[in-house]
Amino acid sequence: MAFLQPSDLDAILLSFKVACSATLLATPLGIGISYLLVHTKIPGKTLIEGIINLPLVLPPVVVGYLLLLLFGRKGFIGSWLSHLDIQIIFTLTGAIIASAVVGFPLLVRSIRLGMESVDSSYREAARTLGASGWDAFFTITLPLSGRAVFAGMTLMFARSLGEFGATIILAGNIPGVTQTIPLAIYEYTSTPGGDKMALSLCLVSILLSFLVLLANSLANKSIKRK
Amino acid sequence: MQLDIHVEKRQGEFDFQANFHLDGNRIGLFGPSGSGKSTLMHLLAGLRKPDSGSICLNDTVLFDSASKVNLPPDKRRVGVVFQHSHLFPHMSVRKNLFYGLKRTPERERQIDADAIIEVLNLEPLLDRGVNLLSGGERQRVALGRTVLTCPRLILMDEPLTGLDEDLKFQIIPYLTRVFSQFNIPLVFISHSLVEMRLMTEQVLLVEEGCVEKSMTSEALAQKIWGASRQGYANLITLGRPRAHGDLWAYTWGEQELILTECGENEENVFELDAREILLFKRHPEATSARNLLPCTVRKMFTVGNRVRLELGSGSETLIAQIVPESVRELEIEEGREVVAVIKASAFSRLL
Repeated sequence: MAFLQPSDLDAILLSFKVACSATLLATPLGIGISYLLVHTKIPGKTLIEGIINLPLVLPPVVVGYLLLLLFGRKGFIGSWLSHLDIQIIFTLTGAIIASAVVGFPLLVRSIRLGMESVDSSYREAARTLGASGWDAFFTITLPLSGRAVFAGMTLMFARSLGEFGATIILAGNIPGVTQTIPLAIYEYTSTPGGDKMALSLCLVSILLSFLVLLANSLANKSIKRK
Repeated sequence: MQLDIHVEKRQGEFDFQANFHLDGNRIGLFGPSGSGKSTLMHLLAGLRKPDSGSICLNDTVLFDSASKVNLPPDKRRVGVVFQHSHLFPHMSVRKNLFYGLKRTPERERQIDADAIIEVLNLEPLLDRGVNLLSGGERQRVALGRTVLTCPRLILMDEPLTGLDEDLKFQIIPYLTRVFSQFNIPLVFISHSLVEMRLMTEQVLLVEEGCVEKSMTSEALAQKIWGASRQGYANLITLGRPRAHGDLWAYTWGEQELILTECGENEENVFELDAREILLFKRHPEATSARNLLPCTVRKMFTVGNRVRLELGSGSETLIAQIVPESVRELEIEEGREVVAVIKASAFSRLL
């Protein structure tokens, strides 16, 4: 990989770190929220759904700015965290949070569809065989929607790899700390003579996205075959 | 088993009501589709909640709207075998089979897994995936899975519907063997009269969301004969046959029956249509039919232009169907002696 700079490798590694952490952290929450939306009769479902799906339609910059208001030093969560000496903005944690929020609707959407497609009679059969509601969820519903969970994770992973708007606002563009692939490309294109380097990172980005989409379509295929 | 049900359930336009008390071990729920049989099953298993009323099984209150008792399905110990078996597709046959057993408290486990695997002949299936099983195999696994939880009661919801005729009669012996060997009370839901007569002793009629009355499965068969144009099938259980030339001879009460079909089991069930029985006033001199049975007319019952005769032959009973004109000509009345003539090929083997 002679055409890549050492700082590019940092950016690629960082992108992976951010996308993996965001996806892994969001998955249990995504499963929980999907369960609430599919299997319970809680009031205000539409509202919850709306809030979760908002990042899907809002410009990522807006999401980033709202997060900045929330996590900034004087923000609702930020001021509370600063007492504990924890800083979110301009850190890796910030980049992860930004990616997680933006990718979350894709994850929930996929898991939810998967759970809805599991025939409820399997759960009923499990209940009559002595499984409690939770037991039936973890041994029947969740494994049977496993592929949908995986498909959602790959989608979210891909989205996180490409996250730009929210990340640059919440976490900034600090090489080696928060500079992921899209941010590095942005910096190259705004420096004179950086075109070639931007292009090589673009190629890496295309390759990675393609691999993730491949994994996603494999998962989708096996869902259909079932 | 004692079952006490007084419930009401409204589902959209459909009103379901049941008020009955049952005492027996093999109970059928009989009725056309959409009559509420499955609703009753779901209410019993706890998969749906009645609007009001109470359900008691033996000494346990499963549901009572007055005292706000509603045991969840996993605490009821009421097993269900569904029409489409609902085997878990992500597990092997073995895992499916032991799913319920693992969740059954140690002190309740009274049935040996190896015994049930043997009775249902599941050994060769154990390591297969469930998606490769045939319909009959699926139902055997589903039954095994439910029996292993040692339930207080097993509900079977049309377990044979969707299987072809041959397969159906291959499965029934497995079912009867399981229920007699492990002594588990059964509620059998079906709209098939033959299945009812083979599997149950007592039948509850379900019609338009209302559980009507209970009767013996035999009485049900007779009632249906009266109400529709359907024929009546005598179900005759015979032991092992002896060779009789190129035919087979069976002992039936104090008499002998000659059949074309050879039963391979210790117990074989044959079907004989009531219309296949010819009646003669006296013993005919010679006939091509192989079975000539002296009988006494015990009961007569006329519907339109059909007459149903209950014939006593020794300790056994046969139902024959003739027309009123024959009744007049043969001067048939209750207590009269006649000879029933049946061809050897008129019997068809069910089990």
